[in-house]
Amino acid sequence: MANEVCLRTLDLERPWLLEQYQSRGGYEMLKKILTEKTPPEAIIEEVKMSGLRGRGGAGFPTGLKWSFISRNAPGQKYVVCNSDEGEPGTFKDRDILRYNPHQLIEGMIIAGYAIGATRGYNYIRGEFWEPYERFEQALEEARNAGFLGNDLLGSGFDFELYTHLGAGAYICGEETALLESIEGKKGQPRYKPPFPAHFGLYGRPTIINNTESLASIPMIIEKGGAWFADIGVKNSGGSKLFSISGNINNPGVFEIPMGTPFSELLEMAGGVKDGRRIKAVIPGGSSSPVIPGDQMMELNMDYDAIAAAGSMLGSGAVIVLDDTNCMVKILERMSYFYYEESCGQCTPCREGTGWLYRVVQRIEAGQGRQEDLDLLDDVAGKISGKTICALGDAAAMPVQGMLRHFRDEFQYHIDHQRCMVGVG
Amino acid sequence: MTITTAKDKTELFAPAIRAEIDRWVAKYPPEWKQSAVMGALMIVQDDNGGWLTTQLMDDVAAYLDMPSIAVYEVATFYSMYELKPVGKHKICVCTNVSCMTNKSDIIVEHLEKKLGISFGQITEDGRFSLKEVECLGACGGAPMMQIGKQYYENLTPEIVDAILEGLE
Repeated sequence: MANEVCLRTLDLERPWLLEQYQSRGGYEMLKKILTEKTPPEAIIEEVKMSGLRGRGGAGFPTGLKWSFISRNAPGQKYVVCNSDEGEPGTFKDRDILRYNPHQLIEGMIIAGYAIGATRGYNYIRGEFWEPYERFEQALEEARNAGFLGNDLLGSGFDFELYTHLGAGAYICGEETALLESIEGKKGQPRYKPPFPAHFGLYGRPTIINNTESLASIPMIIEKGGAWFADIGVKNSGGSKLFSISGNINNPGVFEIPMGTPFSELLEMAGGVKDGRRIKAVIPGGSSSPVIPGDQMMELNMDYDAIAAAGSMLGSGAVIVLDDTNCMVKILERMSYFYYEESCGQCTPCREGTGWLYRVVQRIEAGQGRQEDLDLLDDVAGKISGKTICALGDAAAMPVQGMLRHFRDEFQYHIDHQRCMVGVG
Repeated sequence: MTITTAKDKTELFAPAIRAEIDRWVAKYPPEWKQSAVMGALMIVQDDNGGWLTTQLMDDVAAYLDMPSIAVYEVATFYSMYELKPVGKHKICVCTNVSCMTNKSDIIVEHLEKKLGISFGQITEDGRFSLKEVECLGACGGAPMMQIGKQYYENLTPEIVDAILEGLE
């Protein structure tokens, strides 16, 4: 039951080539839709039925997002793909771009047809040069084969697709910051509402979805929404790409059904390095609160199970930490990240991320004060929910998670001016 | 503020650079030339040995009919634009959690010792500069670094040596 959707061509030689993708039925769904003139509503219905939820991390139902667009409103509409993969621990979209770019292209064209958009942009992070070149090559092939351009396969439907290359900014993974960035501006998130479905790229109705979400579409159409939903579990349809990294023997990207036990995923990834004990897992990218290893071993990888444990499935980026890690040091590094990446627009985030970093840093450096633990809770609480976008929450949640589960390590640092890990 | 007239635009950049920028401009609606600013800045930066001068930013502004300040905003916001000279080979080392827990500190130490510079510095001969970067989305290959456009993964000090020796 692995590699059935986005990575289904991974076993082929040079799977990124058009002929290889077509050897597995690639672009057949697009052809079918265009020839049969499938009603767009039927496509959106199928996506709704699939239970596909936004794979970038927010988990918003994709079909529902598409249905917010007024298809018959006049004027230009856009399909935007978010390939600004940057949540620490996440490296799955890079593999889709490198190994199965045509499935993403087909998914984007189908999305365009469903919402009545004739133009799309794929926003790829600037550091991803190799994936960018692969995607560009695939665009060229698709264009030459008549899958992009005007009057696709004589259907009267036009669709053109371009790549926009980022230049290094985590915040551009936030959908409205990404739109600002395509418009040639600083990537600072917009107030919502209005949502992109009404006021998106260049002020036009826009859907914006993650790479994995859009690349899942052709298989959902081919095999049906019910088929996709059945791969997973309730509220978590389909399979999902999990990026697993950290202290493990065989890190990598695994496409497995939602609801797979974490213990199985860990086994696929070769288990913990050097036979050490699993101490903690960050289950869904660095913004998701940490979960102690023992507890994690009992959990399944789906939205509800991870949420019930007080964390988030997020982007499916699983970071495994063994018992040699000092959690204060881990949090210090994570807090630095959010401080560095805050766009500076909202005061609670701009100032608060600096506070969090500085306080964790002084605890790590053995200069922590007893009141610092309450101070961290206090600052984190004053950022949460008080900013335009979710970066503030993303900075606060790891702090709250660490203090909830590993408070004793922080206390030890304050009491002894050193780390309890490696002491024994 | 100097207003550059349309006639001057052909004199702003060499024809090859203009053609590259125009390729980006063509991707966006005609009234949204500004969308090409990120691509344009990267093109002129690469052409200038990896960093942007104020003059280059002003030229990009003129070429895309943007106020200079709007170009400065972009150039200072995104981490891949450099406003000071960098080495011929800009070595970007990830130190975020997955790399950190796979001993990126050893890679950083090794590079610093080998090159005799710290993050944010350039070697005297101008060949190398070091930069600490945030997660580059290659955590499965941690620890990792990027030099120019290329990713290098699963690093050890020995592998780093071999990579640096292989560079021009």
